[in-house]
Amino acid sequence: MLFLQYTILSFVAVTATAVVLTRDPAKQAIGISFYGLVMALMFFIFQAPDVALSQIVIGAVALPLMIVLALTKIRRQEEEQEAERKEKKAA
Amino acid sequence: MKRRGRLVFFLISAAAFAGVYLWGLKGLPAVGHYRGPYGDVLNQVGTYERHVTDIVTAVNFDYRGFDTLGEEFILFMSVIGGTVLLRRQREEEKSEHKDESLDDKSPERQAPEPSDATRVLTLGLVGPLVVFGLYIVAHGQLTPGGGFQGGVVLATAPLLVYLAGDLKKFKQITSHTLVEVSEAVGAGGYLAIGLAGLILGGSYLRNVAALGTTGMINSGGTIALINLATGLEVAAGFVLLLYAFLEQTLEIRLRGGK
Amino acid sequence: MSFVPYVLAAWLFVIGLYGIVTSRNFVHLVICLAVLQSSTYVLLLSIGYRVGGTAPVFAGMPVGTPAVDPVVQALMLTDIVVEATVVALLLALALQLQKHASTLDPDKLKALEG
Repeated sequence: MLFLQYTILSFVAVTATAVVLTRDPAKQAIGISFYGLVMALMFFIFQAPDVALSQIVIGAVALPLMIVLALTKIRRQEEEQEAERKEKKAA
Repeated sequence: MKRRGRLVFFLISAAAFAGVYLWGLKGLPAVGHYRGPYGDVLNQVGTYERHVTDIVTAVNFDYRGFDTLGEEFILFMSVIGGTVLLRRQREEEKSEHKDESLDDKSPERQAPEPSDATRVLTLGLVGPLVVFGLYIVAHGQLTPGGGFQGGVVLATAPLLVYLAGDLKKFKQITSHTLVEVSEAVGAGGYLAIGLAGLILGGSYLRNVAALGTTGMINSGGTIALINLATGLEVAAGFVLLLYAFLEQTLEIRLRGGK
Repeated sequence: MSFVPYVLAAWLFVIGLYGIVTSRNFVHLVICLAVLQSSTYVLLLSIGYRVGGTAPVFAGMPVGTPAVDPVVQALMLTDIVVEATVVALLLALALQLQKHASTLDPDKLKALEG
């Protein structure tokens, strides 16, 4: 049990560091999803099944989904702004 | 310069934080040697006093119910804030870019039609997912789970419909007035149950309903009721949020589809 | 099990803060904030943990079995749900920012530009 706990704790530390040091938000969305799963596993190992459940649905599903959707929208806005700028240059 | 200054400031504060934190750690018991009386007391009396088996839910919706009410309204306000911010944008867009600039999207921008396998699997999973969500909400006071967790599970059901590519059905399911009303009913229900405690029992959020038999689905008195109200609010709130975000990308899908 | 989880909580806090300080993109910043917030979960979890304790769910288990603290778990539960909605609100703000300032880099924003 103790070994399992130390393993999951170090796993959380490594994943969190990787998520923060990834600079591309799109890749980060995948990372945070994995981080959510690892966190849920940690809650489970530390006898908190209630929290683990809510972490799975929020951290591993809802959060990355919202991030990816926001990024899609941002990319679209950037394209539009780019097109506008080109139009202005042409005029 | 500005960035380097910021980094230096961060390093100094991080070092200071580490020092204060380590100093504070000396006063904490080592992990695994829990001392505080509250958790033990609640573990002992929770089942007798409230006829529930999941003490976490009892703490959430009864012993600490007033805090949770506040937190639920944080959720409520964030949902409102998020949808308002995203909605204004939507209107702007419709007036500004009516037709031209969006139609000439390159083909790789457009999402492909989902394959038959995806469609069958996702649509087939909608039913079990809804049942599972309801199960988690309804058994909140008995087993791990409750309004918060089950609510989010329920909110992901319309998402599966979206994944299956059935946009018309998706829009029908997430029709705004119904979801908005359910969110308001969920949040208001919590308040109303609290008021009932005030009128019948003399203090806000007092557990005045019949406690029932331990282990049964209707046990726990107001805990079960507040649990249901929370489930409704969380589910509706997350559907609204996801819909607001999806709506931003939905137009691409609609154009790309056929 | 000593103080290791406490150290992990501090590490998550510091690494999240480092990400926020050095961030060049507001979406990246929001994700770092989520990591920072997860340090509170680890701290709460380790305060309430008891060696050999079971989960505070007494379904099919006699009352009186040593269990971990349910109070901090209730705190974490609402914390996680609130985190998700706060992230949603911040992402919506980032979208608006991109719309109006056409950048997501905090350094490229001019001070107090309406």
